[in-house]
Amino acid sequence: MRNYVLIGLIAAALAGCSSTPTTEAPVDDRSGTGTTAPGSSGAQTGSAASGGVTGSGVGSGAGANVLRDPNNILSKRSVYFDFDSFVVKDEYRPLVEAHARYLQQNRNARMTVQGNTDERGSREYNIALGQKRADSVKRMMTLLGATENQIETVSFGKEKPRNPGHDEAAWAENRRDDILYAGE
Amino acid sequence: MNRVSGVFTASFIPAGHHPMILLCRRWLAFGLLAFTSLAAQSAHAQLSIEIVGGAGAAIPIAIVPFGTEATYPLGISGVVGADLARSGMFRLVNTEGVVPRPIRAEEVQGPLWRARNADAVVVGSMQPLPDGRVDVRFALVDVVKQTTLVAMSFVVTQQQFRITAHKIADIIYEKLTGDRGVFSTRIAYITKQGSRYQLLVADADGNDPQTIVSSNEPLLSPRWSPDGTRLAYVSFEARKPVVYVQSLETGARRAVANFRGSNSSPAWSPDGNRLAVTLSKDGGSQVYLMNADGSNVTRVLTSSGIDTEAMFAPDGQSLIFTSDRGGTPQIYRAHLLSGQVERLTFDGTYNVSPRPLPDGKGMVFVRRDGGRFQLATLDYATRQVQVLTSGPGDESPSVAPNGKLVIYASEGGGRGILAAVSIDGRVKQRLVAPAADVREPAWGPFPRS
Repeated sequence: MRNYVLIGLIAAALAGCSSTPTTEAPVDDRSGTGTTAPGSSGAQTGSAASGGVTGSGVGSGAGANVLRDPNNILSKRSVYFDFDSFVVKDEYRPLVEAHARYLQQNRNARMTVQGNTDERGSREYNIALGQKRADSVKRMMTLLGATENQIETVSFGKEKPRNPGHDEAAWAENRRDDILYAGE
Repeated sequence: MNRVSGVFTASFIPAGHHPMILLCRRWLAFGLLAFTSLAAQSAHAQLSIEIVGGAGAAIPIAIVPFGTEATYPLGISGVVGADLARSGMFRLVNTEGVVPRPIRAEEVQGPLWRARNADAVVVGSMQPLPDGRVDVRFALVDVVKQTTLVAMSFVVTQQQFRITAHKIADIIYEKLTGDRGVFSTRIAYITKQGSRYQLLVADADGNDPQTIVSSNEPLLSPRWSPDGTRLAYVSFEARKPVVYVQSLETGARRAVANFRGSNSSPAWSPDGNRLAVTLSKDGGSQVYLMNADGSNVTRVLTSSGIDTEAMFAPDGQSLIFTSDRGGTPQIYRAHLLSGQVERLTFDGTYNVSPRPLPDGKGMVFVRRDGGRFQLATLDYATRQVQVLTSGPGDESPSVAPNGKLVIYASEGGGRGILAAVSIDGRVKQRLVAPAADVREPAWGPFPRS
């Protein structure tokens, strides 16, 4: 009798396996390449609908150029951190202040701050650490006049290293926040 | 279904006892079982596994080729033997030159096998039936006590030979060690090849890998539902971490946590009805509970810092999680009813990734010692920490459902590999896949019964 139970189990297990379907995740470009994020993450996020900023609001005018002008501090988009730290260092204050001022003067502007970590340690803990780094920059910007709903903070943890190396120089480059304006 | 080349195998090494097998357990070699799979050329190529070294003083068992087995493309006894040998708990005894070859328990001549130093002998037969199915019979004989420990029969199709062999290996394993076998379980893991990420599910021995999700953006943290029918995981395809739950039967999936900010670290409740997740929607990374369909989101923990990597205790009454509320990342336990939180780790400045053991008495976690990341166990009652691995880059542990083995992500040859270690740290193996980074292993539950 037990045999029949086992046989049934086996058949059930096989039935389960034989049709395992595959999901092809919608493909997305790497961040910062200038394409619009398809099915942008904002889908279920409430207030901050993406788009509608650089495109028409300020995008066609001086705004977009200011953000891309290599001589303008607004074209600088990365804030680097010390090991295990989420404190924004003094040398990045002018950069953060400039973006905060831009957000204050362009209330339609929306940005994402992406936190990153070096490759050491737990993947999930690094997601949280990167989030903390992104939140640090956001907090500073909101104190300087940007509004809460202008800035979404997300984290890539150690999953998207800018420098694929495994030494201190690579790690220093990867402990970083990147600032992206909506539509970029 | 998609098959992919270049996967590997996993197996297990328990530490139970059977009265018959008192010899030599203490001499169990610490041998590193190096598993190497050959790069497969075609999408359907079978992987090849090579065991180098091993536990020379494990339980000596003879697996006699089953009667008429040679007439089938895939035999049963070979798979059974490979399972048992890979576990590190068994050593295969040579069966060549025994004439006539025993098929049934009563044909096993004890003295003959004792002379070959076998403690146990497995025999069997495969009889074709008129309807095309096959009657697979096997018996496990204790040649020390001269008794038959088990004899069973399975009527199966040829397509069911492999799963039948794993089932037989599970039965033998349990009879001789006292612990439930995990040869019939599955594992999930992530591969990264170039910029391509895949979430795969394979048998515990690495066979039959199937792609569940493919993406050009990172995938991580696959977690099995307790009934083995669904996987929760984190995908970056929306340019940020979003938690999905996907059915393995239909492929249907749902973004169960896609809030403003980051959504990560899914973990199933033991009844499969709820998920613990880490969300940043209200500021900071904090732990929430939700129904498995994403509804009814409630915050369960509150701290000013990071709370993440929550996992349910086996009884569902508490969560163990990582928090930096004390200044460095440490592991805590929160009792869901009382809300009481206690710190579990005190040694060192970086203790993360807690994984509860199925007996509820302890956990596996990752600790940083100097610059090295190692696996360790913590016994809740004694507060004893035992280091299982030496690092330097060991992470993402996942405990087998019998609690006897831990699969984890490690490094080898400049890329990510999977490795496994027995819960007592004595037996280790490496699971190498060529041309891909392999990471984020998750051991599936026992098959449903």
